[in-house]
Parts: sequence; structure tokens; C-alpha cells
Amino acid sequence: MKIKTAWEKVEIARNPKRKTSLDYIEEIFDNFIELHGDRTFKDDKAIVCGLGKIGNQNYTIIAEQKGRTTKENIERNFGMPNPESYRKAIRFMKQAEKFNRPVITFIDTKGAYPGIGAEERGQGEAIAKSMFEMAKLKVPVIAIVIGEGSSGGALAIGVANKVFMLENAIYSILSPEGYSSILWKDSSRYKEAAEKMKLTAKDLYDLNIIEKIIKEPEGEEQEVFEIIANELKKQIKKTISQMKKLSKEQICEDRYQKFRNIK
Amino acid sequence: MIVDKIKKREIPQNNKSSKIDIPVGKWIKCDKCKEILYKDKVRENLNICPNCGNYFRMHINRRLEMIIDDGTYKKFNIDIETTNPLELEDYPKKLKSLREKTKLEEAVACGTGKIKGEEVVICIMDSGFLMGSMGVVVGEKITYAIEQAIDKKLPLIIFSVSGGARMQEGIISLMQMAKTTAALTKLDEAGLLYISVLTDPTYGGVTASFASLGDIILAEPKAMIGFAGQRVIEQTIGESLPEGFQTAEFLLEHGFIDKIVERKDLKDTIYDLILMSKRDVSVWT
Repeated sequence: MKIKTAWEKVEIARNPKRKTSLDYIEEIFDNFIELHGDRTFKDDKAIVCGLGKIGNQNYTIIAEQKGRTTKENIERNFGMPNPESYRKAIRFMKQAEKFNRPVITFIDTKGAYPGIGAEERGQGEAIAKSMFEMAKLKVPVIAIVIGEGSSGGALAIGVANKVFMLENAIYSILSPEGYSSILWKDSSRYKEAAEKMKLTAKDLYDLNIIEKIIKEPEGEEQEVFEIIANELKKQIKKTISQMKKLSKEQICEDRYQKFRNIK
Repeated sequence: MIVDKIKKREIPQNNKSSKIDIPVGKWIKCDKCKEILYKDKVRENLNICPNCGNYFRMHINRRLEMIIDDGTYKKFNIDIETTNPLELEDYPKKLKSLREKTKLEEAVACGTGKIKGEEVVICIMDSGFLMGSMGVVVGEKITYAIEQAIDKKLPLIIFSVSGGARMQEGIISLMQMAKTTAALTKLDEAGLLYISVLTDPTYGGVTASFASLGDIILAEPKAMIGFAGQRVIEQTIGESLPEGFQTAEFLLEHGFIDKIVERKDLKDTIYDLILMSKRDVSVWT
């Protein structure tokens, strides 16, 4: 198999046909129940939240969701959350702790939405508060980067004990286009930026930012999807059962140390 | 005609890069009123334009002079080397020349000091050092300062000025947002006061982490504060932005900061807030 360049991975991660969070959620969890709204302003559809089960274990699920059709993409703001999405996520994080459910997040966004309303309603505060609440959780948290994980909009739901990443997903400080435009004042050098930025799963594994790479074998689309979803299910079950040995305080401290040690 | 009104206006160029008070020469030009000013006069006036009242950005040392009692500042003894995780060729060179030019080690200074006799942990950022951007050193120093505040049971004061996470250190910079935020959960659990002071400009990953998490958030008048940069927003939505968008006054109106405080009143206000947040002197029981 030909080794892909970082830019090729960016293109794969962004492919509109790539499987979205809801595809994986429906495949991995039994009885997924989506629940809506931030109880303050609205139900922002760029993040979906809900409950699901694997066997007897209940989970809280928080996921950035791109649309699978143009219509859905418009509804979901192309997977770019407004502050209400993060506030909805916070609501379900707190509830996860109350009902002792581990939290599984799915990361797939170009970034938090840069709009007038988003700024008026405190996009920065919403992201900061989401990370703050996530860092405090006394239940295990697993974050899975399935497509594009770009900037603070991704990290807002990424403060996890373990971070998994699909082989062709990307996770970065900014898009390669934005990066080359800011750093080199030349947005046409995006391919070069992609290679420089260390945004592939392999790079992030080497930098100790993620714990596991989920392989994406070549093959027929549906078959590959099922293989990946099965592997994710297996890894979620395994990780949660390992973490059952830890006390609530140890779970929180484990997460703290993971980020404390990133230098 | 209505059509004229909704027609896209040209995106204004951001020409704020000349706002830093560079410690060379005797004269400085105010980028707002364009007046040529004698530097000592500006300094006497708390680095505010005596002509139009425009706030100049400040060097860490000048901010320390204004906020911390004379001779009480003790810098934390932590030396962290700036790393180069993306192995960029010109990054180490750039850092070296910046250190010589600005006399700063990095974009933040942290230590303990007294505010009218009250001991605090203080962090001050500086826009003169790669636009106050947060890489590993900034993230590590701020986290260390938070941990020191917890150990010593002291209030924490952070003066932010930053373009956000530092591009040159890539994803590692992004992770500093989570690191500093997680440390603040411990400060909060310890019941300690954190006052975040936002100064011009505070953006991106700094706004979206520690700067927005103060028990009390203060800002200097007219400071520009936001998550996304104005050009990015304009390009995304395809229209120009309303007057006063992302100013401290705008944030106050929308409920994201507690108070706008003039530079001359900052020290007194912070002192009062520290006194009024002391848990052991409250007399209701």
C-alpha cells in the first residue's frame, strides 16, 4: 500500500463522503437516544448529544456532526459549532457524572464557527468552559478523532483520558490553509504546511497526544466502515473496563496528568 | 438605496501592528490620532496617548511597575527552553533575535508580588514577543503559576494580551489550552480567587482558555477581545463587521466581562476585589 502524504490525508479527512459521527454512533452503540438543547438559547446541531449502550454499560455521547447531504450540512452549519453546541455538551458532561456514565466524544470539525453571533454569545468562553468541565469529570472520557480535528473547536470536546484517532484523520492547531496564511503570509502554500504541521495520526502518536491509531484498511466502503466501527467498539469496551479499576479521583488525575505532561 | 447599504464594503486593513511601545528612540507615534509624542510624556501618562486617550500596549516591566509594589516582585525560578516541535528552520533564530530586541525571555512573565501589601501570584503577557502567542513555555509557565497559587494559597492575577495559540509549535501549542484550563479547575476547587485582566488584543486560544475563566474578568477600555479574528469572520460571512464589534465595551454589553477598568484604577480595583474575596474575614456567622 502506498504511503499517503499529509495533504492526501487532509483530503481524505475532509471528503464529504467520509463516514460521520452519527454513522459510527449508530453502528457502535445499542439504543442510541439523541437528546437536544443547551437549555439557554437553542439546539445547535453541529454537536449531537445523547445516550447509548454497549452491552450493559451506559454511555454519554457527545459528537461533532457534519451533514451527510447539502440540506443536512446547512442545518448542521457544516459541523462548525456555535457556542450553544459547547453549552449543550457541558450539560451532558455534567449529567454523565451525575449518572456515572463514561463519556465518548467524536471529533470532526473544521473549527468553531467564526461568526458575529458566535462572538456575541461568547465562543471563546464556551470552548474554555467546555474544557474546564471536561477536565473535572470523575468518569472516564474517551475522545475519538474520526475526520477533521481543527483548532480549539475540536479540543473543546477533546480533554479525554484517552484519545483515539482514525488512521486518515487529522488533528491540528488550524487548517493548513490558515496556517500557511498566518505563518508565511501565503495561503497557497497549504500543501507544504500540511507536511510541516504534524497533523497525521502517526505524528500525534509520536508526540504522545493520542493513545491509539485505529487502522483504516483499504477495501469496499461499507466493509471498511464495519471493520473500523467494530475496532472502535472493542477499544471503547477494553479501555472502560481497564479504567474501572481506578477511583473517581484517579480517573480525574489520570486525565490531568496526560495534559500536564504535554511539553 | 437599500442595495447600496447592503453592498459589501471593502474589508478594512488591520494596521495595528505599530502599537507596541518599542524601547528605542525618544518619540512615538500614536497609531490612532497619528500625533508624534514625546516618549517620557506617554510614560508619565501610564502609556496612554496624552492627545487622544488611546491605550498603548505595554512591556511586561512597565506593567509590573504599575501593578506590583516596588521591590516585591519575585520571578519564579523556572527555566524552560522553547522547543521546536515542528522543526521549523527559522523559528529558533527568530526567538533569539526577539529575546535580544525585547529583553524578554518569552511572551509571559510569572512570579509572586504584592498589590498594596497583598501577596499574589501574577502573570503578565507581552504582545512584543510573537504577539503574546501561547506555545509550550507560555502554557508551562502559566500552569506552574497556577500550581504555585494553589501551594501558597494566593490569589492569581493574569494580564492577558495574545494573538492565541502559537502557530510555530503546532498542535503542542493547542494542547496548552487544555493544560492551563485543567490547572484552573484545581485552583477553583481550592477556593482561590482568579482575576483575569484582558488587554488589547486578546484572541484565539488564550480567549478560549484561561483568559475567559476568571472568577472576575476585567478589561481595559476599548481592548479588542474575541475568539475568531475579524478578517476570518468577514471572509466567512462575506460582510463587514458592526462598529465596536469585539471591543471590551461589546463584551461587557453581552455579559462576558465583569467590568471595564481604566488603567489608572486597575491596581486599586484589583486590591479591593482581593480584599472582598477573602473567605476568612466574612462576618455573617
